[in-house]
Amino acid sequence: MHPALLGIVTILIGVGGCLAYFSVSNLVLDTLIFPPKSGDGGRNINRANAVRPWLFLFPAIAALGLYLGYPVMETLRLSLTDRDAGGAFVGLANFKNMASEDKFWEAMRNNMLWLIIVPAASTAFGLLAAQLTDRISWGNIAKSIIFMPMAISFVGAAVIFRLIYDARPENQDQIGVLNAIWLNFDGGAGSFIVLRLAPAILVLAFAAMVAYAAKIIAAPLWDRHKKKAILVVALRGGSVLIAAGLVVQSLWSVVQIFSAEYTYGAPQTWLTIPFWNSFFLMVVLIWIQTGFAMVILSAALRGVPQETVEAAIVDGANPFQVFFRIKVPQISGTIVVVWTTITLVVLKVFDIVFAMTNGQWDTQVLANYMIDKLFRANDWGVGSAAAIVIMLLVSPILIWNVHNARQEMKGMR
Amino acid sequence: MVVGRKSTLSWAVQLSTVLLVILWLFPTLGLLVSSFRTADQIAGSGWWSALSESEQNVVIRVADPDEYRVQDGDRFVVTGNLFGEAGDANISVWGTSSRAIDAYVVGETADLGDGETLILQANGDYVWSGTDEQISGRAQRVFATATSPPEFTLDNYDQVLFSGNATDSMAQAFFNTLTVTIPATIIPVVVAAFAAYALAWMQFPGRASLVAIVVGLLVVPLQLALIPLLKLHLGIGIGKGYLGVWLAHTGFGLPLAIYLLRNYMVGLPRDIIENAKVDGATDFQIFLKIVLPLSFPALASFAIFQFLWVWNDLLVARVFLIDATGDTTVMTQQIVELLGTRGGNWEILSTAAFVSIAVPLFVFFSMQRYLVRGLLAGSVK
Repeated sequence: MHPALLGIVTILIGVGGCLAYFSVSNLVLDTLIFPPKSGDGGRNINRANAVRPWLFLFPAIAALGLYLGYPVMETLRLSLTDRDAGGAFVGLANFKNMASEDKFWEAMRNNMLWLIIVPAASTAFGLLAAQLTDRISWGNIAKSIIFMPMAISFVGAAVIFRLIYDARPENQDQIGVLNAIWLNFDGGAGSFIVLRLAPAILVLAFAAMVAYAAKIIAAPLWDRHKKKAILVVALRGGSVLIAAGLVVQSLWSVVQIFSAEYTYGAPQTWLTIPFWNSFFLMVVLIWIQTGFAMVILSAALRGVPQETVEAAIVDGANPFQVFFRIKVPQISGTIVVVWTTITLVVLKVFDIVFAMTNGQWDTQVLANYMIDKLFRANDWGVGSAAAIVIMLLVSPILIWNVHNARQEMKGMR
Repeated sequence: MVVGRKSTLSWAVQLSTVLLVILWLFPTLGLLVSSFRTADQIAGSGWWSALSESEQNVVIRVADPDEYRVQDGDRFVVTGNLFGEAGDANISVWGTSSRAIDAYVVGETADLGDGETLILQANGDYVWSGTDEQISGRAQRVFATATSPPEFTLDNYDQVLFSGNATDSMAQAFFNTLTVTIPATIIPVVVAAFAAYALAWMQFPGRASLVAIVVGLLVVPLQLALIPLLKLHLGIGIGKGYLGVWLAHTGFGLPLAIYLLRNYMVGLPRDIIENAKVDGATDFQIFLKIVLPLSFPALASFAIFQFLWVWNDLLVARVFLIDATGDTTVMTQQIVELLGTRGGNWEILSTAAFVSIAVPLFVFFSMQRYLVRGLLAGSVK
């Protein structure tokens, strides 16, 4: 059969089956089990109405339980058993095996880098784009274009960026943009500005951003009049320590940027340069996620009351002060939401690394490491252990989300 | 700006925006332009110079003298065209040694020593003449610097979509992707709409906990589900196939679907629904006749999300669908395979990639309004 025809038939069966469930089950409930017409019609209507929510919910609950609830338990069990030994319980042996592998720690290190840089850069670019496009006449077109990569698959994006990073031998014309640009650098003033000054400024901006966030986080700690729970103080203190570490790290990178040696004039195979290649992969995800951050942050910026902004301008604030002192603090809640959402994407994403380097040249990340274990090494124990590690990294966000949802439900009653 | 003073930053803002837009558009544009160029053009110059005349240095041997030489008195002559037949190539300078590739202009006679000569015309026609001994053995090399006008072709699309062989054809993969995507979009929308209505408007015990669970499941990484579910699918006999992948996408898409739709449905006016109840309508009727039509924007926005996500998915399809026969390979997987086998054939690769992103881009641009609305409903409250 022609693939198109086969496709249509399978589609009809799939979708038809789903629609049939809802209409037939409700029909059966109303006409056969609890018909409202017979003597005790009123009671039957009430009974039917007590059953109906579960009729509505059944497919969803079944799918959620089967496809998300059950796997969490099962993966936890698998991570504690050995498949080759017939599923015998081996305790934490899989985790120990995993911890003894260099590839795992490489994946952890890279994942931490991804977790710091991608959400930060996407949110920052998104905020910048949101602010820039806010008040210009062609802002909507600009927004569409920056948002567009959201529709492009990670694999498609991988092909796009492979073309950008492409390298050809020295005496041929370069077809990769990055190398074509790179060959123009010769160590002169232009190279200094683009390759040392600009990155240093970017890193310093990141350090400043982290320090600013740390200041906001730490502020309540100095407030004598506020009651403080031990847990909250510990959390805040921990975050501030991490932030301080990041700032030191950034300052150290600035020193490195100025002291690094560059090989001018020779085309580079970007994806094989250890350490830096991870950044070239991150660019792909930042390119995709910035549009998402921009859309949400620009809606939040629009929500900032016009009066406060105008009052600030009347008081003589310049545009930068308006942005950083008035607008950003007011949308900080949204910034956190955007940041967390992108963090989740980073933890789950494997396609980019898979399609571009497949973890070679020190670019491994957890999600790809796990797929590698599952389907290449066929080691379900270690693969499940890696999945559990990803789950553990996600769990603070999970707890926070559930906490918020419960609070909101309480508010509704 | 706001208080009537035109900002001095206005120009800086315009310029930065232009820069940002170019940075974000440039990569995709490269793929699009490359997909319309021939393999030689892609290899010869960067795609950004596709619109200008491209200058290429080519090294070509003239025709094999032992086969093609023609006797002319006591001399032998080989004539022909460097490019096989006269094309639109336009040679400016040429040479016969790698050390002086621009030694001669077109039409000039190159003296190769002892009376051996070579003449090259702009369109590639050459005349190589000399004695019996000179015109034999290996053919003369010609280093030509040719400019060719910009040229675009649909051949790549023809090959990738219609005439390609199993490794570079996307037609089958395209239909497979559609077969995966359409039910995997519709089924979760339907299932989630019913569930969202129940969670928003029906009274039953445990409702609040269910909502909290759904929100918690939003962040569960689907990597956890791979092994247990693959085992389950193989165990109950679904194996790797469309049914399995639809169910998997339904399960993974449901938390977001229920969350978005419930948030929307809770906001619908209470009066309408209560009036209908008083008039004796069952929840099923209210849902179908009132809530569903009113929820169209939310349904559309989730449907677009799910469509983009399923269409672009690689992981779920790799695990739950693609088997050894290769009959059910989806486009993302096909491209990954192309990256492995045809990593250097940019004309095939870029065209295949563009075919796979064309549909999502079309959906994106035509339904962008709903997409944005859905994003905002889910993230900002």
